[in-house]
Amino acid sequence: MTIPEFKKHWTSLGIGMVWLFILLWPLLGIKPEGLEVASTFNVWWRIALGCSFLLFLYQLNKAGAFKFISRPAGAVAGSMKSATSMVPMAVWFVIGIACTALIPQFAGRYAQDVAINCMIYVCLGLGLNIVVGLAGMLDLGYIAFYGIGAYTYALLSVQFQLSFWICLPISAGMAGLGAWLIGYCSMRMRGDYLAIVTLGFAEICRMVLNNWMSLTNGPNGVTGIKAPGLYWFDFTNGMTLEHIWLKKLSLIYYVILILVVFTIIAVYRLQHSRIGRAWEAIREDETAAEVMGVPTFYMKLLAYCSGACFGGMAGAFYAARMRFVSPESFTFLESAMVLSMVVLGGMGSIPGVILGALALIALPEIFREFELYRMLVFGGVMTLMMLFRPQGMLPSKRTMRSGKD
Amino acid sequence: MSEPILELRDIKAGYGSIKALKGINIKVYEGEIVSIIGANGAGKSTTLMTICNIVQATSGDIFYKGERINNIVSDKLPKMGLCQVPEGRRIFPRLTIEENLDMGAFFRNDKEIEDDKERVFGMFPILRERCKQAGGTLSGGEQQMLAIGRALMSRPKVLLLDEPSLGLAPLIVKQIFSIIKEINSLGTTIILVEQNAKVALSMANRGYVLETGNVVMEDEAKALLNNPDIQKAYLGE
Ligand SMILES: Nc1ncnc2c1ncn2[C@@H]1O[C@H](COP(=O)(O)OP(=O)(O)OP(=O)(O)O)[C@@H](O)[C@H]1O
Ligand SMILES: [Mg+2]
Repeated sequence: MTIPEFKKHWTSLGIGMVWLFILLWPLLGIKPEGLEVASTFNVWWRIALGCSFLLFLYQLNKAGAFKFISRPAGAVAGSMKSATSMVPMAVWFVIGIACTALIPQFAGRYAQDVAINCMIYVCLGLGLNIVVGLAGMLDLGYIAFYGIGAYTYALLSVQFQLSFWICLPISAGMAGLGAWLIGYCSMRMRGDYLAIVTLGFAEICRMVLNNWMSLTNGPNGVTGIKAPGLYWFDFTNGMTLEHIWLKKLSLIYYVILILVVFTIIAVYRLQHSRIGRAWEAIREDETAAEVMGVPTFYMKLLAYCSGACFGGMAGAFYAARMRFVSPESFTFLESAMVLSMVVLGGMGSIPGVILGALALIALPEIFREFELYRMLVFGGVMTLMMLFRPQGMLPSKRTMRSGKD
Repeated sequence: MSEPILELRDIKAGYGSIKALKGINIKVYEGEIVSIIGANGAGKSTTLMTICNIVQATSGDIFYKGERINNIVSDKLPKMGLCQVPEGRRIFPRLTIEENLDMGAFFRNDKEIEDDKERVFGMFPILRERCKQAGGTLSGGEQQMLAIGRALMSRPKVLLLDEPSLGLAPLIVKQIFSIIKEINSLGTTIILVEQNAKVALSMANRGYVLETGNVVMEDEAKALLNNPDIQKAYLGE
């Protein structure tokens, strides 16, 4: 740590703090009585003090004041890492599933509820991961397929009393069909243009759901959706097959767990197939892939549709679990949320996406008391992540291999 | 001579309002090395991209083995034996070297893919050493070798090479060109686009000179090398 470096850090901190004050003032200082400095200053000096302290610690660390802790800690972390990398991924997968399967046995309603929510988003994130992480297409309207899936099951269940298990593939198929329709027209577009088209498509879907009163009951939503049913042995008088509704939370928990396991395996298999390789090649360089004989148009369409199918499946489950759907569950904010999970966790990495979903769904629940500042913290964390770990929390092997980018 | 394996008849192409090719005629016969030279922006890369139908020809015909291929989707062409190594290599940086090579054989599902991979590794031993490494971590010259190797995996009948010497050290350029010769001697017809006109012409059978979207000269490569105009404009003599 040299003196000029030391000075540079403090000057940039100073400039940053002045800038922060200028930004904060209009946000906090404008009162009905006029502009006031005290309340802004009150918040500002705390932030400034905190940041100065952090910078101080950082500089001490740079100067080597913490070597006595960090060195042994680093050694421990290193050996832990090598120990964990010895265990194959499949073992972690099984352990993870086993632990998740045990949750309903000792966790309360609330925890189960949060866990179910998490798992819905894991399905969504993994589906979107195919489109964004593997094929490299920016999709801002992914939630539309979730909505299509949810409404498909909702309407089939209410109007025709069809069972959940029949509707599950139908919902996935409908979402896939929707993706095919929109994808067929727009797959020739690249990058930002595609993002805008998908964004528009999602809004159109929501508008249709909102305004087609006779079919969807508009903003009031669809009620009276049946929970998944199951034939199960009934031992009360001999052994008969009895139809039961999986209304209990712990039972429905296992339904989504099965869906998650199915999704993980399916996405893993896709990613490591020829098709997955082609998707990654398209992400890397579309023209080169085309010159090498990859049918880029169909491959992209396939990625878009298969991503949508997983979204539709998650949607059907969502409808069955809430037993009520309304258009307001499928806003752009949800799309952005799922996209953030994929980016935050690590594009193209299945464990990354799962971790991303946990971080974005479970963590806010833990910090419920700070509800008010949720979005603020969310934005802050995202910014920090992009600064310090742009490849995501658990990046895929590829991203790590190529180092930067 | 017999029928050309690849023929461009009066091809016009461009990007929107920009006319990059203004009606060019090129004939390539089986087993040849044909070199296309020209200044920056003359339309060399556009010619290759038009052959591969990445850029659509607005008029004219492209014949490959007697068949008109103007309307064949670009991703069907490698299967027919027409493969391009695009300008600036354009390998897949995050795929491993082996996966990059596999992408070259994407449309194939025969048993001989592994043999072909061995053949490529034989030509470029450095690729075998690094075969589990990400393509993007290779040096420029190694990436060029990978790009050529990747194209060879499709067993091309006609190989289009766009500036294979771009940004490479003279020694590597020599190595790459000797490998191109070797590929040609094994029966692949080659179209070679080059800035490095001297080397390109000295190894080619015939040459075309492009200038702002027009073929201004075509001749035996030796004749072009000895042509005083060409020497002044492209060989810097
Ligand atoms: N994508 C594009 N959009 C618009 N114009 C383009 C595009 N690509 C090339 N051009 C134009 O087409 C003309 C021919 O370009 P081309 O890339 O074929 O040149 P080139 O002979 O390969 O040159 P170089 O030796 O520099 O590679 C140039 O005037 C160029 O500006
Ligand atoms: Mg060029």
